[in-house]
Amino acid sequence: MANVLVFIDNPGDALKKSTLELLTLGRSLGETAVAVNGDLHQDVSATLAEYGVTAVFRPSAQDLDDYLVSAKAAYLAAAAGAASAGTVLLDNSPEGKEIAARLGIRLNAGVITDVVAVDADGTAHKSVLAGSYTTSARATTAVSVLTVKANNVTPEPASVASAPETSTVEVPADGTATAARVTAREQKAASGRPDLSDARIVVAGGRGVDGDFGPVEQLADALGAAVGASRAATDAGWISHDAQVGQTGKTVSPQLYISAGISGAIQQKAGMQTAKVIVAVNKDAESPIFEIADFGIIGDLFDVLPQATEEIKKRKG
Amino acid sequence: MKIIVLVKHVPDAQFDRHLTGEGYTTDRNESILSELDEYALEAALQLAEARGGAKAGNQVIALSMGASGAVNAVKKSLQMGATEGVHLTDSALAGSDAAATSLALAAAIRHIGTGAPVDLVLTGMASTDGETSLVPAQLAERLGLPQVTFASSLTVDGGRLTARRDADTYSETVEATLPAVVSVTDQINEPRYPNFKGIIAAKRKSITTLSLADIGVDPAHVGHAGSWTTVTAAEERPPRTAGTIITDEGDAGIKLVDFLAAQKLL
Ligand SMILES: Cc1cc2nc3c(=O)[nH]c(=O)nc-3n(C[C@H](O)[C@H](O)[C@H](O)COP(=O)(O)OP(=O)(O)OC[C@H]3O[C@@H](n4cnc5c(N)ncnc54)[C@H](O)[C@@H]3O)c2cc1C
Repeated sequence: MANVLVFIDNPGDALKKSTLELLTLGRSLGETAVAVNGDLHQDVSATLAEYGVTAVFRPSAQDLDDYLVSAKAAYLAAAAGAASAGTVLLDNSPEGKEIAARLGIRLNAGVITDVVAVDADGTAHKSVLAGSYTTSARATTAVSVLTVKANNVTPEPASVASAPETSTVEVPADGTATAARVTAREQKAASGRPDLSDARIVVAGGRGVDGDFGPVEQLADALGAAVGASRAATDAGWISHDAQVGQTGKTVSPQLYISAGISGAIQQKAGMQTAKVIVAVNKDAESPIFEIADFGIIGDLFDVLPQATEEIKKRKG
Repeated sequence: MKIIVLVKHVPDAQFDRHLTGEGYTTDRNESILSELDEYALEAALQLAEARGGAKAGNQVIALSMGASGAVNAVKKSLQMGATEGVHLTDSALAGSDAAATSLALAAAIRHIGTGAPVDLVLTGMASTDGETSLVPAQLAERLGLPQVTFASSLTVDGGRLTARRDADTYSETVEATLPAVVSVTDQINEPRYPNFKGIIAAKRKSITTLSLADIGVDPAHVGHAGSWTTVTAAEERPPRTAGTIITDEGDAGIKLVDFLAAQKLL
């Protein structure tokens, strides 16, 4: 079987679900090594063993986060060499894709992004043109680099745990020589809600909320959902730009997307039309969102959402 | 300053888009200048104007790679205010993936930089067709330049640029030396519309056509032949159809919860 390398950027004290998904996918393709950037907590090492990881690589330098992408790509290219990797797996975040992009050039490797599944022969599956096509693609090169979307694999530990060896990989100097430097970084306040990109349920509000995201947030909290928004709502400053779903915002593929006070412009649909179930609440029966909703309510979101929230609370007891 | 803006001719997202032919490439009928590239062009025009514009020798060069229709993306850029246009076109380029595209664009940028070097390469955050965001990063890697992606603000002072970037959990400031490759988001500015004067002026501006031979690229390294990925199958998803639509009669919230319960989504 081929060798697979999974990149784990700053794991913290525990691996994220999406990383466990990558490790599970990696194991289905071959022997899996990981390249970690940042601290390696004991609990993380234990999880890597549970997931059958055969080798752990760490960078010789501690400051990869101070450069924009290229230092990490250079490190990962060196790790891929050390692991003799035929496949490199990364998460599908904007940064994951860019590291993949530069890594592809360094390794003369084809890069496929937005992957939802990979066959044993390396064929990757994805959806393109705003969800209107599903395609199969493969790298024609010796090495392939894939960025994988969250929530498409069920994480599963290996049947037999491993005892991976840790070794250090020298970070090539050219990864930092001409790189852009990060000179300041401010953390944003955490919302306590699930992460929009991989939430199981998303409740999104648009211009129709007219400045008041309260009903959207309350329904989201009753459902344990993430909050999304149309660009009209983020541009108006009613909610942070991070919440924007669509062509220039986030692409989400949840089990359930509830759209409230959103007309359903093509750029908004581009980000949500692969949701399993779509519910729409809109005053205007002519809104294009009703063309794709599984359940549409012609009504005022300020009546419908609070009533639904109360009902959910009642039923959940 | 000498700024190159990459402009892509993409299928208009307002219409149904299709993959055609053996390599499942995008059908480019009904194409337009990618809306996301307009932000890059606007950013370039503002940088040039702040330095005295074309009169002071600032160049904003719109570069598009693609079949004959792609020249329209260059023309629109000239109407918006770019000072000149370059159209890289060659039948061997058809079907290029991101790696092959970045190879050809890197060669074109080097070619444009002979004589007077390029200070900045600006791009949109993603093309609105492929949507991978791979090309700016791959260009930077190939050209050995700093990459600053997803800039939501951009200032240039002497040989240094400073940009702001917003991620989900943090915002950051980054600095790089010129020359650099920068991609900008749709938060950075409000692109201008071409006005009548701009449309007239564009007619007098020159568009240079380049072939692979002009930029010294072997046709075997681009197009389907030179790409590192290949699409093996494509299936059009059946369009979503409308489901049940009800009008609120005072109990739609409860009906909504009934629907969620029936779908096992509670
Ligand atoms: C390059 C480009 C990229 C873009 N990217 C994105 C993107 O990523 N995401 C995105 O969303 N948009 C994007 N847009 C913008 C997009 O075209 C639309 O303008 C936007 O989605 C509209 O947002 P909206 O539906 O909230 O507002 P509107 O179109 O104004 O619709 C508001 C809706 O709310 C309904 N409504 C009003 N009051 C109520 C009420 N009390 N109860 C129920 N319903 C009510 C109205 O009937 C209406 O249908 C982009 C545009 C461009 C040009």
